[in-house]
Amino acid sequence: MENAIEVSNLVTYYGERKILKGITCSIPTGTTTVIVGGSGCGKTTLLKHLIGLLKPASGSIHIHGKDIATMDNASLDEYRKKMGVLFQGAALLNSMTLAENVALPLKEHTKLKAPVIDIIVRMKLDLVGLSGFGEFYPAELSGGMKKRAGIARAMAMDPVILFFDEPSAGLDPVTAAGLDELILRLHRVFKMTVVVVTHELPSIFAIADYVVMLDKGEVAFVGTLDDFKNSDKTIVRAFLERRPEEESYSPDNYFKIIAGS
Amino acid sequence: MPQIVERVLGSAGRKALSQLKDLHKAAVLINEVFYWTLVSPLRGKPPRIRATISEMVKTGYDSVLIVVVIGFFVGAILALQSAYQLRKFGAMLYVANLVGVAVTRELGPIITAIIVAGRSGSAFAAEIGSMKAQEEVDALLSMGINPVRFLVVPKLLALMVMQPALTTFFDVVGIFGGFALAVTLLDVNAASYINQTINALQVNDLVTGLVKAWAFSAIITITGAYQGFQVNAGAEEVGKRTTASVVMSIFFVIGFDLFFTALFYYFT
Repeated sequence: MENAIEVSNLVTYYGERKILKGITCSIPTGTTTVIVGGSGCGKTTLLKHLIGLLKPASGSIHIHGKDIATMDNASLDEYRKKMGVLFQGAALLNSMTLAENVALPLKEHTKLKAPVIDIIVRMKLDLVGLSGFGEFYPAELSGGMKKRAGIARAMAMDPVILFFDEPSAGLDPVTAAGLDELILRLHRVFKMTVVVVTHELPSIFAIADYVVMLDKGEVAFVGTLDDFKNSDKTIVRAFLERRPEEESYSPDNYFKIIAGS
Repeated sequence: MPQIVERVLGSAGRKALSQLKDLHKAAVLINEVFYWTLVSPLRGKPPRIRATISEMVKTGYDSVLIVVVIGFFVGAILALQSAYQLRKFGAMLYVANLVGVAVTRELGPIITAIIVAGRSGSAFAAEIGSMKAQEEVDALLSMGINPVRFLVVPKLLALMVMQPALTTFFDVVGIFGGFALAVTLLDVNAASYINQTINALQVNDLVTGLVKAWAFSAIITITGAYQGFQVNAGAEEVGKRTTASVVMSIFFVIGFDLFFTALFYYFT
């Protein structure tokens, strides 16, 4: 199977702290790949690299054969026109209505006439189940609706890759399941490559074809969902069975901590 | 002793490095602002006209009232203060000279800049800062839209038009404030006051004031935008950066004012 995304030896720092410690993984074209891992394992940082918001200290990120880590801004903008991103808080522009938000990439990047853009916007809003909400402002919507609108905006330019950063974060189980359903449907209908960062088990089981698991900045597992479920790696089992990590404190360590040395 | 030296030099070095980093960030922003304002229109990417007009309304039209009121007060205060000295010499008519020259050359540009820094510069920092905190700036980037072109350039163009316009308003109303006070409280003859003002003012006075105003508009926009883009997360940081943007703009405005005034003093 051809790979849409190939990451090799990706290393990145926040100040002095090494966040990603040599990530190597690939994401097959046309699949829904889920990047999983505990909080602080670097999965959102990896996502930010994949969409070109952060530049790695070393390593390469090939997307459809082109290395975005070394791209100049103009080519990066070209790449970004072909991808869509749903941010954790949807990141709709609060000063604009939903319709204006969805129309924004079309207005900026195409020479389409206003009536055509209006039609596309209505189509995209209908796609995510928000027909008739075009004139609403983001502040007037619920969390789930905002995320749907965020998806409509991400879909505006008919992307070939769609990224989701924790789509079910902060949503009730029913709304979250609805969003999973929407992601599945979009994937089925448009056959695009979907990359989802999440740590919600029900979401992973519902949407994933392929799983990349990170742990403390390193790749802990790469493979299909079935392999993931059947894996006997301790870290994968701990994640799937929701076992807490072993406490690493010994009385001596604890004494050192409270003594502040 | 070596430990103390190490600590002092170490902290000085770290401060210098972080200042250098800030300077670099500011330089990158200034570079981008001028690229997207001056160069990219030549390459077929014009600025956002409608956003610019809406910024002009917010920063310019909406500030007219406050600028006019303060202008009137400042003119009147200046007339009173100068009369306090000039009446000793029986030279009350020269109140007109003083008010006219001080307002057009100095007080008009600088007080307008301070009002605009407090009203619009802080709003720029707060707007961009909260967009940054809510990932809206990242969202723009991920759509292939440059945030500087999208957010900063319309504000800069709007202020570059509105700052000199507001300053002109301030000048006119300030002179009128001085006139109103002089003819009522100081018993100066109205016609002589007007004549004296016209004789005292030169085109140069007006032009240097407006050139300053124009430069201040760039300082206020870039400072506000810079502080806004420095926000990483959280509402508290937005507040801090907003305050910092006002303090920094006023500081830079007064610093550049000294520079321009010295320049005009020697070269006009």
